[in-house]
Amino acid sequence: MIQLVPRSTASTFWQIATPVMAVLATMIAGGILFAIMGHDPVAAIRTIFWDPLFGPAASYSRPQLLVKAAPLILIASGLAIGFRAGIWNIGAEGQYIIGGITGAAVALAAYPFEGMWIFPAMVIAGAAGGWAWGMIPALLRNWFGASEILVSLMLVYVAQRVAAWMAFGPMKNPEGYGFPGSRNLQQYPAASNPELIEGTGAHWGVVAAAVAVLVTWVLVSRHIRGFHIRAAGSAPRAARFAGVSPATLVAFSLGLSGALAGMAGLFEVSGPAGQITDNLGTGYGFTAIIVAFLGRLHPVGILLAGLLLALTYIGGELAQLTMQLPAATVQVFQGMLLFFLLGFDVLTRFRIQRRGK
Amino acid sequence: MILNNAAVFRAEGIGKSYPGVRANDDVSFQVDAGQIHALLGENGAGKSTLVKMIYGLVRPDQGRMTLTGDLHQPADPKAARAAGVAMVFQHFSLFDALTVAENIALGMENPPPRRELAARITKVSHDFGLPLNPARRIVTLSAGERQRVEIIRCLLQNPRLLIMDEPTSVLTPQEAELLFATLRKLAAQGTAILYISHKLDEIRTHCDCATILRHGRVVDSCDPRAHSARELAAMMVGGEMREVDRSGRHAGNVLLSIRNLSQPAPNAEGTALKSVSLDLCAGQILGIGGVAGNGQEELLAALTGEIRSAAGSITLEGNDLSSLGPEPRRKAGLLTAPEDRLGHAAVPDFSLTENTLLTAGARKGLVNRGMIDHRAARTYAEAVIAGFDVRTPGPHTAARALSGGNLQKFVIGREVMQNPRVLVVNQPTWGVDAGAAAFVRQSLLDLARQGAGVIVISQDLDELLELSDQFCALNEGHLSEPLPTQGLTLDQIGLMLGGAHGMQEAAL
Repeated sequence: MIQLVPRSTASTFWQIATPVMAVLATMIAGGILFAIMGHDPVAAIRTIFWDPLFGPAASYSRPQLLVKAAPLILIASGLAIGFRAGIWNIGAEGQYIIGGITGAAVALAAYPFEGMWIFPAMVIAGAAGGWAWGMIPALLRNWFGASEILVSLMLVYVAQRVAAWMAFGPMKNPEGYGFPGSRNLQQYPAASNPELIEGTGAHWGVVAAAVAVLVTWVLVSRHIRGFHIRAAGSAPRAARFAGVSPATLVAFSLGLSGALAGMAGLFEVSGPAGQITDNLGTGYGFTAIIVAFLGRLHPVGILLAGLLLALTYIGGELAQLTMQLPAATVQVFQGMLLFFLLGFDVLTRFRIQRRGK
Repeated sequence: MILNNAAVFRAEGIGKSYPGVRANDDVSFQVDAGQIHALLGENGAGKSTLVKMIYGLVRPDQGRMTLTGDLHQPADPKAARAAGVAMVFQHFSLFDALTVAENIALGMENPPPRRELAARITKVSHDFGLPLNPARRIVTLSAGERQRVEIIRCLLQNPRLLIMDEPTSVLTPQEAELLFATLRKLAAQGTAILYISHKLDEIRTHCDCATILRHGRVVDSCDPRAHSARELAAMMVGGEMREVDRSGRHAGNVLLSIRNLSQPAPNAEGTALKSVSLDLCAGQILGIGGVAGNGQEELLAALTGEIRSAAGSITLEGNDLSSLGPEPRRKAGLLTAPEDRLGHAAVPDFSLTENTLLTAGARKGLVNRGMIDHRAARTYAEAVIAGFDVRTPGPHTAARALSGGNLQKFVIGREVMQNPRVLVVNQPTWGVDAGAAAFVRQSLLDLARQGAGVIVISQDLDELLELSDQFCALNEGHLSEPLPTQGLTLDQIGLMLGGAHGMQEAAL
């Protein structure tokens, strides 16, 4: 019989090895799935993980990597802070949508003025919108003990309705021939978030994601606030003894992750998406949860995990085009990845031992 | 007293290894019918492992055990109970919301009908002088009464061997006396009793025989009545006990004042503090005694700053600290060490270096404008390890990897080496081996000698009598008037602690 024996300290080797094993297991399980569906598994895996970077159409798909990875990394960096403290913001998707709306609101109000201040003001407004949306579950938890998991998740659906209302109502493009959706910010230079270096896909959101990785790294490893966050996640009573107020920590974590998600939403609206539409949320806020865990809540891990998940997005689309794989492939892949990761996670805290008779 | 010298339980060459530890090595001893047999040893000497093997929780690697002559190799506790072994654990396993009878029924293989069970409980409790109403809910019972439930649960099985794991640690002296009277009656009926404790005085008074374990081996067995507590302690630790040095302390000005500190219970299991007042002078040690659960945790939380209190209720050298959190209180000079080392005084998964940051950030300059100085933290951790004789591979070791005594030395050292004005410690030597306990006590006395005030909250009366200049008792959230420790007798202290619940009934 097989027995799980708890380890005295979590194994560093397995902390790094389990995400890699989870990726490999996802490839194998995905391959089996494709084989059952009647596709060549090797070709499918190759299309998803290899072709976007080195395949025949790589020159188109490679810049997409940064475009897709930037919001994931930006959001996951914020989520990881709260997750370390045991504060579960599941509603980054909603904060992302609201941040996109508040940021775009500044641009639409300023239209058609030109000015250097407009884009920075949009970034600030986007962050503020996400922050405010994140503060709703924070305050409800601090005042009434409401679960931030449920409240933040439910607010995603509220945010989606708000986006639809904006697209069909107040923010509808007056020159849009009655179609839903706001003005296209890509055509409004003062408010647009263009590709900074041609052919790389790098826009201001990529810069912000890089800064977020650096700042959260310093916060977690060098700053006393980061120390307190880790302490609160590991031993809440010890953190209180050290002087951490749980309520402050809840507000800080949900506020910070909300602000970063809001910024990600703004960069998307002003850049790749270009406008407010009723399907503003594309699931980045949920996928970022997988990114945060796959990256072990560590800034560098999140950077790598964000790039990998972005790859599955692009590869999934490619597989859809070239192999007629269903669109749900990407979601199945992401789901399997999280499933295997949580499964293999047992190995970091336990040893497997054969129990003899 | 019926004394037949037939061995009820016999262990022969028992051995048990865990990875990296030889928990028991060639342990042989026997417990006779009608005998109260003490198993004596420091924490980590292998007492728990041994007892777990007898009770079927762990299987030995070597050796054999016999129970009334038959081979005893229980696969699980159920088999051990069926063979006639019963055990009262240090930590109770009772459902608060259920009644005494319901709890007892839950622990039985085939519980009889309710009325019959209640009658049997009443009979057994009468026979053994353990007053207990089977219809009471557990939540309304004192710790002593809860223990009686556990004991009666065992007695209903008519055990041949009864194991008691540190039973008096939660009892007042009077309740402990009552327990021993019961054990005597039980022994007189021929039951063998294996009694685990590190309280030397009660073993000397009440046990017929003692087996002493050290590092997993039997180092001695003796008649404890024929030895002094000092000799027994020396056998336990394998050397002479060191005396604490109380000299050279002078009471100075009042440092810490608590005035009418009242606090509602923080949760359903908590205790409200009721108008607690005290004054602590420089150079003095104030001992606060009492059975756990009478407001000790709450008083400590009010002092650490984890709970804020009414303005003016806590002042340190004239500064009102009542509304401040833990960090500003530390800066002002009020340091604390909670009872629970793993999870409260230290983060189990963090290294010792990181654990210095929990309390020493400001006073030791380990944190500058929010940024952590890791090198300074490591240097401080190394200083604490060296200064307080913490046995560990180094400051990178996780707190959970340290033994209880070593972690306690680290936690106390972390606070003492910050030169506090006032240090408050809760249960400073709970579950700590004798050598580490003596070290911790001496460090508290040294701190007071340098002019700091020290408050020691403890359940260990011997410790309080050894350390403190003033003694007061915490009972259901009330703090008694402090009395000078010199000249206090254990009986007086027992009365200060509020006596035992149900004593009057028992005396009848």
